Amino acid sequence: MASATPRLLSSLFTPLRLTYPIHAIRTSHRSRTLSFLSFNLRRPNGRLRTVSSFASNGTNGMERMGQKDEERYDVIVVGGGHAGCEAALASARLGARTLLLTLNLDRIAWQPCNPAVGGPAKSQLVHEVDALGGEIGKMADRCYLQKRVLNLSKGPAVRALRAQTDKREYAMEMKKVVESNSNLFIREAMVTEVLIGKNDNIQGVRTFFGMDFFAPSVVLTTGTFMSGKIWVGRASMPAGRAGESASLGLTENLQSLGFETDRLKTGTPARVDCRSIDFSGLEPQYGDDEVSWFSFDPECHIEREQMCCYLTRTTSETHKLISDNLNETPTYGGWVDAKGPRYCPSIEDKIVRFRDKESHQIFLEPEGRTVPELYVQGFSTGLPERLQLALLRTLPGLENCVMLRPAYAVEYDFLPAYQCSRSLMTKKIEGLFFSGQINGTTGYEEAAAQGIISGINAARHSERKPLIVLERESSYIGTLIDDLVTKDLREPYRMLTSRSEHRLLLRADNADSRLTPLGREIGLIDDRRWELYQSKQLRIKEEKERLKNVRVSGGEFAAEVTTVSGQPVRDHTTLESILKKPHVQYKLLDKHGFGNENLSRCEKDCVEIDIKYAGFIMRQQSHLQQIVNQEHKRLPEDLDYYSMTTLSHESREKLSKVRPQTIGQASRIGGVSPADITALLIWVESNRRKANQRTQQELLRSGATDNHMAASSPTDSVVQATAI
Amino acid sequence: MALALIRLLPWRQPKPHHLFPFSLNPTKTHFLFHLRHCQASTSSPKTLILTQDERSNGSLSAEREAIVGSGTIAAIVTSLGGGPAAVGIVRLSGPTAVAVAGQVFRPVKRVKEEGGCVAWRPKSHFVEYGYVLDNDGNVIDEVLAVPMLAPRSYTREDVVELQCHGNDVCLHRVLRACLEAGATLAEPGEFTLRAFLNGRLDLSQAENIARLISAKSAAAADSALAGIQGGFSSLVKSLRIQCIELLTELEARLDFEDELPPLCFPSLIDKIRVMQHDLQDALDTANYDKLLQSGLQIAIIGRPNVGKSSLLNAWSKSERAIVTEIAGTTRDVVEANVSIHGIPATLLDTAGIRETDDIAEKIGVKRSEAAALAADVIIMAISAVDGWSEEDAKLIEHIVTSQKSANQAMTAPMILVINKDDCKPKDLLISFEEICSGLFKKVVRTCALTGAGISELEKAVLEVRGLEPISSAGRKWTVNQRQFEQLLRTQEAFVRLHTSIEEQLPMDFWTIDLREAALALGQISGDDISEEVLTSIFSKFCIGK
Repeated sequence: MASATPRLLSSLFTPLRLTYPIHAIRTSHRSRTLSFLSFNLRRPNGRLRTVSSFASNGTNGMERMGQKDEERYDVIVVGGGHAGCEAALASARLGARTLLLTLNLDRIAWQPCNPAVGGPAKSQLVHEVDALGGEIGKMADRCYLQKRVLNLSKGPAVRALRAQTDKREYAMEMKKVVESNSNLFIREAMVTEVLIGKNDNIQGVRTFFGMDFFAPSVVLTTGTFMSGKIWVGRASMPAGRAGESASLGLTENLQSLGFETDRLKTGTPARVDCRSIDFSGLEPQYGDDEVSWFSFDPECHIEREQMCCYLTRTTSETHKLISDNLNETPTYGGWVDAKGPRYCPSIEDKIVRFRDKESHQIFLEPEGRTVPELYVQGFSTGLPERLQLALLRTLPGLENCVMLRPAYAVEYDFLPAYQCSRSLMTKKIEGLFFSGQINGTTGYEEAAAQGIISGINAARHSERKPLIVLERESSYIGTLIDDLVTKDLREPYRMLTSRSEHRLLLRADNADSRLTPLGREIGLIDDRRWELYQSKQLRIKEEKERLKNVRVSGGEFAAEVTTVSGQPVRDHTTLESILKKPHVQYKLLDKHGFGNENLSRCEKDCVEIDIKYAGFIMRQQSHLQQIVNQEHKRLPEDLDYYSMTTLSHESREKLSKVRPQTIGQASRIGGVSPADITALLIWVESNRRKANQRTQQELLRSGATDNHMAASSPTDSVVQATAI
Repeated sequence: MALALIRLLPWRQPKPHHLFPFSLNPTKTHFLFHLRHCQASTSSPKTLILTQDERSNGSLSAEREAIVGSGTIAAIVTSLGGGPAAVGIVRLSGPTAVAVAGQVFRPVKRVKEEGGCVAWRPKSHFVEYGYVLDNDGNVIDEVLAVPMLAPRSYTREDVVELQCHGNDVCLHRVLRACLEAGATLAEPGEFTLRAFLNGRLDLSQAENIARLISAKSAAAADSALAGIQGGFSSLVKSLRIQCIELLTELEARLDFEDELPPLCFPSLIDKIRVMQHDLQDALDTANYDKLLQSGLQIAIIGRPNVGKSSLLNAWSKSERAIVTEIAGTTRDVVEANVSIHGIPATLLDTAGIRETDDIAEKIGVKRSEAAALAADVIIMAISAVDGWSEEDAKLIEHIVTSQKSANQAMTAPMILVINKDDCKPKDLLISFEEICSGLFKKVVRTCALTGAGISELEKAVLEVRGLEPISSAGRKWTVNQRQFEQLLRTQEAFVRLHTSIEEQLPMDFWTIDLREAALALGQISGDDISEEVLTSIFSKFCIGK
């Protein structure tokens, strides 16, 4: 254990003690010249992707690798979806030689369901991943078709950016990014086995065609592919997604290693040809005039033309058609038991469960600038294909629509995430990490959030650095992972604002000030980003200072403040206290020339939020502080819960299963009562003291051996005396 | 510029403020130092990170010191119900123990100096004499405060012990005042638990504590279970359900904005108002219960030799007070317990109030005044023989002014008792009632010697306190300390919610206090509110892709 003490920063500021050369920070893909230079230096053959070519052309540490070691990496990421890409990029950017294995190279970062990124709670995840140095935010900013800020007037913590994205462009852009990292190697392969070493540690993976790839860290991001099976009506076939084969064999392999697997189900609605839609009668939904951004990196802030979404509704014909054919749906026909997630019920579910609702909203969302597909949001169904078109045609505007892809459901294997610790490393196999839908989540954002954490930790594990765990209270990412590994999930987990108890502190606007310093420390934030970040914080700080000191009296400004807020403005009031008044926004300061032109819109927002809600934020912070003091006590990992007779039987069982890392995590496990927590605290404290005593005794003994060689262990009696 | 805060949490934490090493120094050396420091202090290979919002660092560092540690707990630590003891102790322990004590305790010295607005800064292990005041500024008891600051205390946290008069009434009131000031009621054995967890007790005691706590928590569970059938819990349940419903309405809009119809705010605010009203009712009941459980304090005051002690003896059917012909016989406060239609009451016989040079009597007079200030009902006794005299008028004026100067928002109702009714000269009667109707809520004639008029007096006492005899079927429920605390926290949350609405804060802010209210109301069962709200959202609204 001693050798594994943290060396968190050493790699940042002292160059490399690894077996191969790395550039500690290579996050920027925009500084083309620089990265290209290093690219060429290290790889004369340019884009050649085979490992052998790399190895033979490699310099420095590469010679150490013999021919038979050519398939050796630091980190292997299995799966090229949103979790896999984020994991592979984080790992490669931290300097780990990373192999990304995917079933289909042309489907990297594919968006098989809604062509959108963000939304409530999910947008916070995206901002946080970006603040740590991840990719998803930049991608969404680069490939958006439309952007809207939701919940604008409902409070700073729930304001949420959502982008409709061009799914082809998104996949292509992400492919470019993963291809242009010199530490990252991509290969098409179907992994069927994980290779395990003597100490229950991961050694690598074996593919269907018999290749072995070795690495001390492996991240599995299998998505819906592990034994995936898709359904349209009563017909089903093995597939991870429509048109893509499932990954077979890995489940059985994991089961044989003692992992528990289970099955989840999700679905996606039909796609229709936009050229066959009559938009004239439909309500258009435009994007925001003033575009907001996911990424804190201004280099991604390039505005583009926005596309329009449309709103239509179900009609009485829709409802009739469904009611008449209920026995044709999996749930009501009775051939599928599994219920879909509660937050995305099928249209038949909605109609059956909410009978008195005459109509349901249906959104038509474009899937790209160059493709005709429209995503029919709110209309997923388990009906057979022959009924689907008729059903679509009951919607106003879709009377003559052409269906391009039918709606389908997909069933897949996942591994209940209590088998992972909060670092996302599995508890059974050292060096094996799970991320994304394999952990029972749904959504690109949730996948990316886990991906970056597992990527960071996989890289750190390969370097024997301590793993990182984001506490629940630190971020939505932390909340997500804590929920995953602690709670008993019965449906795909989607991030929602109501899951975060401390959301007022975990806002989009402060994701960078919460997490970018950590990203820097880990090594994912390069100098440019770091300087941007620091100067931004400085500007905000100075502006807050300025508002505290500038005072105004009377005039038009005061008059308008009074009208807007309904509160009088006293003479010599500071701008700060004016900004605290209800409905007064920074914009009003700008309007009357009291604003600061050097600040960006988003920085002004930060200033406004910090000042306006200071009281609430402070209260939440002190609240959180209490929780931290109570709950962040760590639990030893090797506790034998079954031997703790003061615990209830149920909680002994649950605690042994989840093996919480902290008292707080233990208290969130269903079935563990406050009394159990107290008992646990006492048990741990007594054990700690016993251990202390033992070490003291040993010290005593080692000191005393010279003097008391012959005496019949006088120290033992001391132990007894103090223990009574 | 303080860099990311990596919180490494070894099991034993040396001193809380080390855990948040805010470095204002932006240099990398500091940064490196910090990490090296972390290395040294961890024994486990994992790094748990609680990132802090760098933007709010500067403004918070001051508060941070004050909020370290888990909550502050309070309880009566001397035995209760075992007959009157001379002294009883309310103990506070936790990081805000001093602050809480400072809110309820007024040292006598400083009241004179500056009116008692400055935070109390006690010297550890230095006894101070003063008063305990309730929320409204009423004097509850005179006490000795014994501050024992961390780590030199039983729990190794800041501890303040308030040594009160040893009757249950005083103790419960002082405890309540502490709860109102922000302390939470200690769980059974919690002081000892803290002492143990903070390394104070011997290891061998651990098992006993564990046993104690599991036994008590079983008992608590039983009693909680018993409480479930009661009217109180159905109120709590319904309030909680309403909170969850409101949360559902609000949070559904946050997560699924474009799929739901907009909220109807006026009706929402109406609902909140109704809930607040229900809550106030419950708290009123709790206050009524407070009287039922802790009893009424009835101070008998008056000039010397009007028969106060005789009255006490007659009322309590005892010879508690010494009765002589000599004015000024009673020099200390004499207590006697009676039951008025089922409600326990403590009668306090006081020294006759008059100008005097006798030192002992002077002190007695002072105490009489203090007793009057703390009482729920004041009985002013006069003698029918003397009628309403100058001195009586002076005395009552004195009491009224001292009530005002003690900042009492709610003064105790006063009853005029005309004692020695058997010896009255007939002509004076009418003028009493005329003179005194403003000051006194009731006038009762008694004869302490025969006991005549006592039952009228009892009725009058209940009437002026607005208490009906307990036998009537309308009684709803009783509220214990813990339930009272629950209601109190809920009400606090609602008051804040109300402010948020009034200040027109966005609706996400409403959820914060609604959540707290729901938590406070659900504490017995410890449910997971988020999951409950989600379930409610999904069952209530039609949402999905």
